[in-house]
Amino acid sequence: MKGFVRQLLILLLSFASTFVLAQHEDDSSGHDQEPAGHVETTDHQTGEADHGAPHTAEKYNPSPLVMGHIGDAHEFHIWGSISLPLPCITYEEGQGLSFFSSSVFHHGTMASHGYVLDHGVLRKIVDFPTRDAVELEVLHSDDEGHAHYVHTEEVKDQAGKISEHKSISYQGQTYNLEAASKIFSASSWIDFSITKNVFTMFLASILLFIIFFGMKRFYANNEGKAPRGLTNFMEPFFEFMRDEVVKPSIGPKWEKYMGLIMSLFFFILICNLLGLIPFFPGSGNVMGNISVTIVLALITFIVVNFSGNKHYWQHIFWMPNVPVPIKILFIPIELAGLFIKPFTLLIRLFANITAGHTIILSLVSLIFIFGEVGQNVGGASVGAVVAFIFVAFMNLLELLVAVLQAFIFALLSALYIGAAVEEHHHEEAH
Amino acid sequence: MTGTLAAVGAGLAVIGAGIGIGQIGGKAMEAIARQPEAVGDIRTNMLIAAALVEGAALATIVLAFFA
Repeated sequence: MKGFVRQLLILLLSFASTFVLAQHEDDSSGHDQEPAGHVETTDHQTGEADHGAPHTAEKYNPSPLVMGHIGDAHEFHIWGSISLPLPCITYEEGQGLSFFSSSVFHHGTMASHGYVLDHGVLRKIVDFPTRDAVELEVLHSDDEGHAHYVHTEEVKDQAGKISEHKSISYQGQTYNLEAASKIFSASSWIDFSITKNVFTMFLASILLFIIFFGMKRFYANNEGKAPRGLTNFMEPFFEFMRDEVVKPSIGPKWEKYMGLIMSLFFFILICNLLGLIPFFPGSGNVMGNISVTIVLALITFIVVNFSGNKHYWQHIFWMPNVPVPIKILFIPIELAGLFIKPFTLLIRLFANITAGHTIILSLVSLIFIFGEVGQNVGGASVGAVVAFIFVAFMNLLELLVAVLQAFIFALLSALYIGAAVEEHHHEEAH
Repeated sequence: MTGTLAAVGAGLAVIGAGIGIGQIGGKAMEAIARQPEAVGDIRTNMLIAAALVEGAALATIVLAFFA
């Protein structure tokens, strides 16, 4: 009976993924009167259709949908035209910090504080004359009555790199848009906003606090008794991580690093699990955001190198018990290894989570590919059935990946720390 | 990902990782069949080895994305 309930729950969750994500796309395919500023519209495709072949030759392009859903956003889309506005915090030289809610943009139809919301993402308007809230001009309306406020153009530079240029129109003038500073591209403003991903991370932290402080209180009040309820559920995870990961990997000094490894494991795990819930409090793709995994790997990197003892550094700069030419040969290799280890750590987590989400979203897109954007209802039904089956199995696989990647991150962090604090006895070991 | 060549590179990386992880999984199965009592240790080491192989493959895929 219990097993049956569990299977039913999994099926329901898979069905919800298919349905909720399909619903999102349905909104943007233009059945409601809402302007299209905030939903994942198929701009490029309709843009091409305008000056290309007539309407019937239209091909569905799933790429904007997938990219929109795995990306970060400044508002939390809940259902249809309902979305939760999130606080925007921006820094500009000369302006200092500004605080405002993303509801001032009215789903992208207005500009405010010199910013505009494009598909849920905040962008600065370059040289905009006013910081007040103003209505944007509609650039064009597509066949389905969607108004477009942001013009997107793909520009190829001399090196052949394709970059997107976005612009808006206000009082007959065209203004360019500027994205926030990223790792590889600096710009004139910095985005400190509580975005969808930051919101999900806060939620994950609050959940972890509730779970673990509850456990702590239980153990304090019931000393010597067997655990019950949530504590009973969490204890095997905790003990497994302590006895199978932290203790054997780090060695005698394990207690000092226990908190770090456990925090990494449970934080990544809960973020991954929240990301698998397809509706409101979940659906934030936290570990599929490379900035998050970079910071987590950076924490590991710093801890490893600050706790490294003299044996650790000796192994990097002057490998013992090998001839001198080999010692010199090893220096660059070991130095590169120092950075490659955290790099693979961050790439592995990022790529696994992003790949999983991309596959699920692509499978959901099958409905619209088979359905030819609402023109072929039979095709859409076949697509829905196929997508439902595949999404159900992908969700199960994703559940495994969510736990496995959290485990691998924690395990490898523990192994790297263990290698840094290990006491060597060269005469015996080599 | 811009050109088709980058996609080919990513595909080649996946072939390598597939062979590697397949070997690891197969050998781990053999080891577990031979010594069922060591299943815990074998599983942990299998995951570590698979993660390392995957790391190399993923680095290649990321390079393919940026190239």
